[in-house]
Amino acid sequence: MARYGMVIDTKKCVGCQDCVIACEAENNVPEGFCRDWITTESSGKFPTIEMEIRTERCNHCTDAPCVSCCPTGASHYHDVGGVVLVTHGECIGCKACIASCPYDARYVHPEGYVDKCTFCIHRVENGKDPACVSVCPTHCMYFGDLDDPSSKVSQLLKSRKNHSLIPEAGTKPNIYYLT
Amino acid sequence: MNSLSRRRFLKITGATFGAAVAVSSLSEVVKGAEKVEVKTGKKVKGIQKIPTYCDICFWKCGAIAYLKDGELWKIEGNPDDPLSEGRLCPRGTGGIGAHFDDSRLKAPLIRKGPRGSEEFVQVTWDEALNYIAEKMKKIKSDFGPEAMVLFSHGVGGNFLKHLMHAYGTPNDTAPSFAQCRGPREVGFELTFGDVIGSPERTDLRNSKCIVLIGSHLGENMHNTQVQEFSEAIEKGATIITVDPRFSVAAGKAKYYLPIKPGTDMALLLAWMNVLVTEELYNKKFIEKYAYGFEQFQYEIAQYTPEWAYIETTIDPEVIRETAREMARYMPATLIHPGRHTSWYGDDAQRSRAIALLNALMGNWGKKGGFYNPTSVNIPKYPYPAYPKSEKGAADNPNHKYPFAEGEKLSTGLREATLTEKPYPIKGWFVYGTNLTQALPNTQETINAIQKLDLMVVCDVVPSEIAGYADVVLPESVYVERYDDLNNPLFREGFVSLRQPVVDSPNDQKPNWWIAKKLADKLGLQEYFPWKDVEEYLDTRLRSAGLSLPQLKEKGVIRAPKGKIYFDEDEEIEFYTSTGKVEFYSHKLKDAGFDPIPKYTKPEEPPAGYFRLLFGRSPVHTFSKTQSNRFLSGLMDENEVWLNYDIAKRMGIKNGDYIKLKNQDGIVSNKVKVKATERIRTDCVYMVHGFGQRSKMYRQTFNKGASDSQLITKYKMDPLMGGTGMNVNFVTIDWEA
Ligand code: SF4
Repeated sequence: MARYGMVIDTKKCVGCQDCVIACEAENNVPEGFCRDWITTESSGKFPTIEMEIRTERCNHCTDAPCVSCCPTGASHYHDVGGVVLVTHGECIGCKACIASCPYDARYVHPEGYVDKCTFCIHRVENGKDPACVSVCPTHCMYFGDLDDPSSKVSQLLKSRKNHSLIPEAGTKPNIYYLT
Repeated sequence: MNSLSRRRFLKITGATFGAAVAVSSLSEVVKGAEKVEVKTGKKVKGIQKIPTYCDICFWKCGAIAYLKDGELWKIEGNPDDPLSEGRLCPRGTGGIGAHFDDSRLKAPLIRKGPRGSEEFVQVTWDEALNYIAEKMKKIKSDFGPEAMVLFSHGVGGNFLKHLMHAYGTPNDTAPSFAQCRGPREVGFELTFGDVIGSPERTDLRNSKCIVLIGSHLGENMHNTQVQEFSEAIEKGATIITVDPRFSVAAGKAKYYLPIKPGTDMALLLAWMNVLVTEELYNKKFIEKYAYGFEQFQYEIAQYTPEWAYIETTIDPEVIRETAREMARYMPATLIHPGRHTSWYGDDAQRSRAIALLNALMGNWGKKGGFYNPTSVNIPKYPYPAYPKSEKGAADNPNHKYPFAEGEKLSTGLREATLTEKPYPIKGWFVYGTNLTQALPNTQETINAIQKLDLMVVCDVVPSEIAGYADVVLPESVYVERYDDLNNPLFREGFVSLRQPVVDSPNDQKPNWWIAKKLADKLGLQEYFPWKDVEEYLDTRLRSAGLSLPQLKEKGVIRAPKGKIYFDEDEEIEFYTSTGKVEFYSHKLKDAGFDPIPKYTKPEEPPAGYFRLLFGRSPVHTFSKTQSNRFLSGLMDENEVWLNYDIAKRMGIKNGDYIKLKNQDGIVSNKVKVKATERIRTDCVYMVHGFGQRSKMYRQTFNKGASDSQLITKYKMDPLMGGTGMNVNFVTIDWEA
């Protein structure tokens, strides 16, 4: 089975937040919330600064604590690509998943259910990239099957240095950052 | 554009679409479908896609608007558009917010309180336009048509410009010259005999070494530029970033040069010194095309990296190393000419130094340097000739600024309004530009307005400047209107269309309609012979062998790609007076200026003061997007960047709110501090466009601080009348 993931080239990302707006429009995210966001990490003393800018979202973890802790099964792995989704109708809004997520990727939608990034599965199943990926003016984001060694994402991970976020949480995240 | 570049323009616009229409194919069929079914008048169910081009900034990216059940859903890039290549910038993606913005102007207004009181009564379009027409007639009969000035920004101003010229005034201007890219155009024109233009003719995509000195690409989101910059990074280009602030682009750089603000010229001269003394420059190009190189060589010898170190604080070895790096990749090295270049009052000379540095690379018309832009010829609408103005324009009397050719000086027209010299100015028509933030020294702008008999503002939101209007005209936003065609000089010739996608929610009207109605009331009907804008557009397109229905469907039509680089041994013609690249300029010498650029020391900030610097955010354009919910959701106030150590010493923490006071005692709004290692200790920085003080513009009122408010001082560029604005100093106002 495919394992969908993203590879993000931090050398190209300028942190413009186009991905954030594209997601909001595509998925009708309520005002004041977001499913993806930009983190800028800098260290050092002026003028010797190291800086990484990256776009973040749900990592669609292979060992997702939000799935295992969900009392109703609303949080689940989708049968395509292992994408982690929430079935809105089954969510009781208990927020256990929010507490369990090391990436702070989830929020309570004003309509009462927990919401987050879906990898735009409605687009992916129609052969398109997620909205954030397709809109990025720097082309810094790649979406694909991490289990397919011939995919662009796998190739990039083979050829470039990369890291994931908080790997020590042990959730097996599926988003990687090229450095 | 002066006569020289016009000549060049005519030469390169000889191309026609030819087979273009046949070969141009859409990767996905885009239909300009009806959004309301004609028969039933109901909104059409399902998804529709309508191509148009963006107006959140002036870049004019081709876009596709999506409607869901007849309502605007999202806007994406049009894959067939050469500017966007299917991807918009964040502002463009957030463009839908402009349509839904509830702070929009909804109906025409006429002032009832004093100017600036923001007290208005709502009127009908007829009342508003009658009022304007009566005043304009009176101004014309009492003072002559030249007493009217049009300030406009963007393609939306085209029909109003036409109206004003038909009325008889030559005074049409935009802040984009004297307050923005004017110095650059003049500096390059004086050197290469041609301007950079917009979109810039920079071949970033193919550059192997990119030098950014005063460009913050990545924060400045001019879409094509950022896309190409990223492409160059992917291909492994060396990036050299010069900035007092560790910008986003600095984070991409192999070399970051944390220059002392105001000393760019010293660095540019020192770089050229290294290239010349180490004989690293493009000799073949220089031998063939340089004029005055010997004098230049002689003068440049004094500007050693050691000399520049004292001025710039940049390590001499880094200056040498970066110069060598540039030489390594030439001619595919590009020293970016920047865009906003009105900083210190010697900006045209600074731009000239950038032009000369590029000339040493021999990159004119070369891959990875400056390409030769091309265009296709879409004839203008065959209007009758405009009446000739007896008095001429008022912006630059006696050619005080000898190189301000072609475009008018907006600050010159403000000056004329204030002084009534060379003649009185009695009416302003302001379209799509918030002059209180766009021009330096807001008070001067307000004082000038108080002298007028007529002040009209046409805009989509109640900008600050609207508060000073006698009449406010609410315009439809870009997704609700047609505008003129986009047909620029670029990598390839193309034409794109802006067309309405949805209806305006209230009583807003498109600018073409406003211009035509006003023309009727002014008795200028003969200048608006078309029935509506569709007829106008179709006439223009048909004269180029295309048609409006065709463009409505495709959004963009591209001409076959032509040659944009010179061949290896092709003779290059330069449109300067010597026909060569002018390292020594007689034109400058004859006008009393340095024929070869020289360095002037910037004024030092007084003790306890910082130089105020400003720039752009990727999610906003000027001061006009702050109420767009998608964009303000990401940034609804600006921050003042203050060096971390300085902040600590002053007991200021990240996130604290402070007020700034400038050298003239002007105090800003409260603004949040970003205490950061990413900036020098001698300057502070903020994003432009915030701290707006229009009460009518509720969402933006008092959010963040306004750099413009603190820019009370400006330094005139003696060559071309640009207003250097980075000459203000601020301190923390502890009394606040
Ligand atoms: S650069 Fe951005 S805001 Fe400007 S026209 Fe393009 S998409 Fe629109």
